[in-house]
Amino acid sequence: MTERNAPVYRRAYRPADRRLVGGVATGLADHFGVNVIYVRAAFIVATWLNGIGVLAYLLMWRFLPLQQPEMSPGLEAATRQGLRTSPNRPRPIEIIQTLAIGMVGVGVLVFIQSTGRGINGTLLGPALVAVIGLALIWRQFDDVAWKRWMRQTSGFGFAARIGAGGVLIAFAGLYFITQERGWGGMIDLALALGVAVIGLALILGPWITKLLGDLTEERRARVRSEERADVAAHLHDSVLQTLALLQKNAGDQATVATLARRQERELRAWLYGNDEQPSDSLVAALRASAADVEDAHHVPVEVIAVGDAALDSDVAAVAKAAREAMINAAKHAGVDRIDVYAEADGQTVEVFVRDRGVGFDPESMADDRMGVRGSIVGRVERHGGTVTIRSKPGEGTEVAMTMPVRTPDLVTTEEPS
Amino acid sequence: MTEPLRVAIVDDHAMFRRGVRAEIDGPVEVVAEAEDVESAVTALVETKPDVVLLDVHMPGGGGLEVIRRLHVRHPDMKFLALSVSDAAEDVIGIIRAGARGYVTKNISGPELLAAITRVAGGDAVFSPRLAGFVLDAFAGTIEVAQIDEDFDRLTEREREVMRLIARGYAYKEVAKELFISVKTVETHVSSVLRKLQLSSRHELTRWANDRRLI
Repeated sequence: MTERNAPVYRRAYRPADRRLVGGVATGLADHFGVNVIYVRAAFIVATWLNGIGVLAYLLMWRFLPLQQPEMSPGLEAATRQGLRTSPNRPRPIEIIQTLAIGMVGVGVLVFIQSTGRGINGTLLGPALVAVIGLALIWRQFDDVAWKRWMRQTSGFGFAARIGAGGVLIAFAGLYFITQERGWGGMIDLALALGVAVIGLALILGPWITKLLGDLTEERRARVRSEERADVAAHLHDSVLQTLALLQKNAGDQATVATLARRQERELRAWLYGNDEQPSDSLVAALRASAADVEDAHHVPVEVIAVGDAALDSDVAAVAKAAREAMINAAKHAGVDRIDVYAEADGQTVEVFVRDRGVGFDPESMADDRMGVRGSIVGRVERHGGTVTIRSKPGEGTEVAMTMPVRTPDLVTTEEPS
Repeated sequence: MTEPLRVAIVDDHAMFRRGVRAEIDGPVEVVAEAEDVESAVTALVETKPDVVLLDVHMPGGGGLEVIRRLHVRHPDMKFLALSVSDAAEDVIGIIRAGARGYVTKNISGPELLAAITRVAGGDAVFSPRLAGFVLDAFAGTIEVAQIDEDFDRLTEREREVMRLIARGYAYKEVAKELFISVKTVETHVSSVLRKLQLSSRHELTRWANDRRLI
């Protein structure tokens, strides 16, 4: 789906919800459409060549923007309140897999070192520590959970963080003492200092992040209060109105059901959907028709869609014919549910409207049944499509419409710009 | 007649739990109710029901978290997701975690009972909506060279079955339409469920991210 309508400029991102370390490998895998394990392997192989892999990883970590998952308001709220777990969290098997290839990578690296062809021995140790320190700090910058951990100033998290920083500093000190001789000592001192600074940064990190955090927190609070106002307005407009209507019509079962159904549909669209207009696409048009039929005839219409297509004149004809089919089913079939299924794969559009109602004999369908002949069959066939109507008395009716698509479809082209 | 199935209802809305209980108690035995992840895990480990009706969104991490904690240790416990959330990523997510089906909360009592029985028997329950999500997730052609496993695509027959379910056909009607037995339909649906759970096809995870349609 994504390949077909790739925008002109495609950027790589680091997906915030699926990363193991920095999300660079996952982001690149998404970008190039390959399995993430190959990207990780590539980084490790590149590391054997004078550590290029690590360097590349760190650079991309810095320059690829972090992408927070974009979610509908309903999902965002559920996530905030801890009502859901992201299904995209890396699985344990993936972590183990990555650790395994990491181990192999380290093994080969050690082997290369032992042949004396690797990175300068005195540099390797501090470089390793520095990389780990960097990874720790950068991860802290973009990870919310980590941010919380880093901001703690008491308890286990605090102790662990101090411990981590302390160990790094001790490591640097030890290194300095054992290496203290000659010209090399100067380089070593610089390196050791570098490591010590990283350790300090780990300890001081919480206060710095807290400062930054307070700023973002303030901004977030403002956004939140705006959102709350939106929700209040929405609830007032729709839900309260519906509740009032329900009270008025409490005796009329069909009206109550229809009102409840419409409110449900609206709320669902608002929470989990996007603001689509009926003129936008086939699916949007079908949903709008379904909503109208539900309201007018008190029959629930379930619309299931796979893919979507732009509403050119051909596809619009199908949408209109489908609407007629829904109205027919609602009027004549005597059922409590109509199923609509639409599938668009880029070449053809197919729409099925089905009920389990009384049915009729298509052979004896009178020519004056304008509804079926003219507005369904005729309309679709004029645009080069086909219609099959299957019905038997007592077994329901299914209207199947197929239409070749001329224009390339515009499936969900709402890439983050 | 054999013993009635033992069912647990896990949902954070007490009113909903009461409603479901009233509808299904009798033909099946409701042995536990829980309202969040912690209480659910405790109650489920204690009572070991045959089928768990599981809400997708719940305090403590949602239904997904419940399945993650219990599925490995209690493989006999069958989960049926029951939710108002139509977010595709959550529905597919909970199936991939191990639930054997997904139905929406406005399902009728008899239909829910049928679904519970089906799940308890080891089969999968696909509503039209879930079938639509699945077709979408496996949509698009991928080059044969990119396919690591058979899990990554549906067979022509499975696709046909999914399409019919999405069109509103019950299993029995699917069987009649394709001139196969209901048992065969069940086999196809279970095999789709397994592919959904095992596929490492990267489109499947990315799809959930890209997708923002209902």
